Amino acid sequence: MKITYTDVLVVGGGLAGLRAATGVKERGHDCILLTLVPPKRSHSAAAQGGMQASLGNSIKGEGDNEDVHFEDTVKGSDWGCDQKVARIFTNTAPKAIRQLAQWGVPWTRVRRGDREVVINAKKVTITEKDEAHGLINARDFGGTKKWRTCYTSDGTGHSMLFAMDNKAHEDKIEVRERMEAMAIIHENGRCYGAVARNLMTGELVAYIAKSTIIATGGYGRIYKVSTNAVICQGMGQAIALETGVATLGNMEAIQFHPTAIVPVGILTTEGCRGDGGLLTDVDGYRFMPDYEPEKKELASRDVVSRRMVEHMRKGKGVKSRYGDHLWLDITILGREHIEKNLREVKEICESFLGIDPAVDPIPVRPTQHYSMGGIRTDYRGESQTMKGLFSCGEAACWDMHGFNRLGGNSVAETVVSGMLVAEYVSDYCESKDSDIDLHISVIESFLNKEKEKLNFLIKPKEKAEDAYELRAKMEDIMMDDVGIFRNGEDLQKAVTELEELLVRSKNIVVKCKTLTANPELFNAYRTQRMLKLALCVALGALQRTESRGAHSREDYPERNDKDFLNRTITTWKNENDTLPTISYEEINIDEMELPPGFRGYGKDMTITNPKSEKRQNEVDKIKEKLEDEGKDRFEIQEALMPFRDMLPDVYQGKNERLYEKFTKDVK
Amino acid sequence: MSNEKGRILKISVLKYNPQVKEDKPKIVTYELEEAPGMTLFIALNEIRQHQDNSLKFDFVCRAGICGSCSMLINGKPGLACRALTSKMDADITLAPLPVFELIGDLSVFTGKWMSGMNDRLETWIHEKEEEEKACSCDTIEETMDPDLSDEIYELDRCIECGCCVAGCGTIVMRENFVGAVGLNKIARYAIDPRDKREDADYYDLIGDEDGIFGCMSLMGCEDVCPKDLPLQSKIAYMRRKMVAMKDK
Ligand SMILES: Cc1cc2nc3c(=O)[nH]c(=O)nc-3n(C[C@H](O)[C@H](O)[C@H](O)COP(=O)(O)OP(=O)(O)OC[C@H]3O[C@@H](n4cnc5c(N)ncnc54)[C@H](O)[C@@H]3O)c2cc1C
Ligand code: SF4
Ligand code: SF4
Ligand code: FES
Repeated sequence: MKITYTDVLVVGGGLAGLRAATGVKERGHDCILLTLVPPKRSHSAAAQGGMQASLGNSIKGEGDNEDVHFEDTVKGSDWGCDQKVARIFTNTAPKAIRQLAQWGVPWTRVRRGDREVVINAKKVTITEKDEAHGLINARDFGGTKKWRTCYTSDGTGHSMLFAMDNKAHEDKIEVRERMEAMAIIHENGRCYGAVARNLMTGELVAYIAKSTIIATGGYGRIYKVSTNAVICQGMGQAIALETGVATLGNMEAIQFHPTAIVPVGILTTEGCRGDGGLLTDVDGYRFMPDYEPEKKELASRDVVSRRMVEHMRKGKGVKSRYGDHLWLDITILGREHIEKNLREVKEICESFLGIDPAVDPIPVRPTQHYSMGGIRTDYRGESQTMKGLFSCGEAACWDMHGFNRLGGNSVAETVVSGMLVAEYVSDYCESKDSDIDLHISVIESFLNKEKEKLNFLIKPKEKAEDAYELRAKMEDIMMDDVGIFRNGEDLQKAVTELEELLVRSKNIVVKCKTLTANPELFNAYRTQRMLKLALCVALGALQRTESRGAHSREDYPERNDKDFLNRTITTWKNENDTLPTISYEEINIDEMELPPGFRGYGKDMTITNPKSEKRQNEVDKIKEKLEDEGKDRFEIQEALMPFRDMLPDVYQGKNERLYEKFTKDVK
Repeated sequence: MSNEKGRILKISVLKYNPQVKEDKPKIVTYELEEAPGMTLFIALNEIRQHQDNSLKFDFVCRAGICGSCSMLINGKPGLACRALTSKMDADITLAPLPVFELIGDLSVFTGKWMSGMNDRLETWIHEKEEEEKACSCDTIEETMDPDLSDEIYELDRCIECGCCVAGCGTIVMRENFVGAVGLNKIARYAIDPRDKREDADYYDLIGDEDGIFGCMSLMGCEDVCPKDLPLQSKIAYMRRKMVAMKDK
């Protein structure tokens, strides 16, 4: 039996995991990081577009600050997010990006003087100020009031991830590559680490830690076509769910990105539209202004995706053997711009479509892209129901995205939540609460259980099932019945069919019998777990009889603040259950800084909650009074929804900007 | 749209599982029908799903971004996920990247090699001691010339795929050679004003035969780099710098 002890176990080597690991290490805690792939190959590398942080350096970002970013984020979430968390996040994003700049990210910088950009299909000249020259630049992204998305050409995620991994090398983080976390070790509501499997040798190891951070990314691969990397299978959420104690939040909140290429689903970044690219239909007609006259192509992602499907349903899609699609036209941006700022897009078009995007339009359609749901945590990143279990990044439901996340807010979230959770975890590790008092027999039983499960998978069975087949069925069901537009009938069918698949998956037989490196074996146990997650998504979607953000019910088109201004909480109570258990956590309107309102797309179909108006009046009154008293924006915010004390001391400072400097510290 | 039958591809793979004692390297040929837009990512997954469950290979992003899937494609290092079968003959041979530790079949441990190289060359920003301590992230970031940050990004685009290492003649003779990937990293830090190391520091890292002086400038590396990094000019740049140091 192999047991390794450490202070903090980090599962996941993407941006979130690496940032958390370096954070706890710098606070003096030992740390081991497990990852399926070398950290630099994590899915974070694929983020092309950018990171939102309200620096306000560029002329089109002037006047931006935490308040504007907060408002965009809350509206984007369709009021489903935790507003305190959104505040914590928008406060810390500028710090995170500046820190990353120190650590080597070559952010694209502002250049003084005139620059030609494309806004609303027209070439416009903007003039950057002298004093902004050389500061971090930003581009336009959907759902934001200001140009706030900072970027490195078109390789933002790549250069952030490389800088983070290099930092981890500097900090001597112990990284264990090709180690898969298989089960969370826990007893009496306390997490003690995880059982992991070496994907090369098959060896099982128990990692025992004071606290465990799950940063394993999203679960997009339960869908047939996804922009996600093939390893985004939600295994972190699944093993948390399998404890029967930890909970998942908002699993049905799935984002579809408007512009993935057809058929393979590789993403072309939102930067294409941010920089001025257009969506056109079979007639070459630009249709978005008809649906969203104000924001057009740059409406929120969920909105654009739905409009595209609506338009295709009207017969305006381009027919192909892979189904209908639309065009993304970036030819207007010109070759020079494409080759410099959208080079990754150009490479993708050349390599996977054999076209030149400076000349040809790109075939695109909405495709599964982001998992808003995840391991439900409090603002400190700790599970609400299991001590010592933390989560951050896309794996978590922290919850700053609610039912729709804004482009560029995700890589920002990974580093911000990583740096904050590292502090809270360190505090926990330094408290008595984190002492480990666990009998060795408990560890042994968790190890044995995993061993037995693997042995059972290779054992011959009477009604042998094939994991690849079950998985393909699941992917189809999710795509067809739990997609962009949902309805009760399809969802019910999906739940029933997925439940059957889950039952059948108990009889999976792995034909290749080796317990060492064996792709068929890991596909088998991951399929079993993905089926559970798929059920959480489908059942959550079935029971949420309203439309909010990315969750869109054709039979319940209204956002229902009366009954559903809440978070879906999912558990898997007993190992032999074939369905998850769902409950709801209320979102308290009385504490909101920004009470629920109209998001501003299409026509307002909200079933309002009477509390919203009451709170709005309160907020207006407080604002008016304090403004009259001459209070500044920080004091007014503080009076509405205090959050600063929730932050670790080191991150409580105010962010300076070109036109906003502070003489003394806030604290 | 046509429903014509595609070509029959014959994909020959060098198979070997070093974990299994009795196993010997062998070439196994799989046949499958080509589909429109098929890449080696799609083809290999189909083979694994329908013909050989045990076939080992690594894909992560399947979009040419993460550097996981490099292998020898018809003898030349390249990213398998970006290789469209339509651009190749129907007979395709695949082998694992040489130099790197073999995990099995087409799967190699590039991560371990790269991690070792990063440790050895200390591929991170070296700040001045006193600066490091002060958390200055509330104040406005330091400016950087826009052209310079573009230039750094240009070199930062390396995805550590290992193709240049596999295509390099020196590595065969000197197993500790840092490769074009390593030399490019040093070039990247050398132009970055945030890294306070000086030429003498870089010389300590690459001023020998395992570094810049081991490179024979045959440029096998630049030809195979899937990110088209300017390896040739950057190696030459570092060589000039290091020769100047040597002569000091
Ligand atoms: C194509 C694409 C483009 C995007 N572009 C943008 C953008 O422009 N801006 C933006 O803000 N967001 C973007 N996103 C979203 C953003 O990239 C991700 O949400 C974010 O990078 C997730 O980071 P993470 O650290 O949480 O997880 P990941 O980067 O996915 O890392 C997960 C890690 O967990 C490990 N892991 C998983 N399971 C296990 C296990 N069982 N045991 C051990 N290790 C495990 C993996 O090896 C990996 O290291 C994009 C996403 C996609 C798909
Ligand atoms: S120039 Fe030749 S010897 Fe030098 S790194 Fe490139 S391939 Fe190797
Ligand atoms: S330099 Fe090019 S070939 Fe070498 S590892 Fe980097 S991306 Fe790959
Ligand atoms: S799978 Fe990522 S580069 Fe090929």
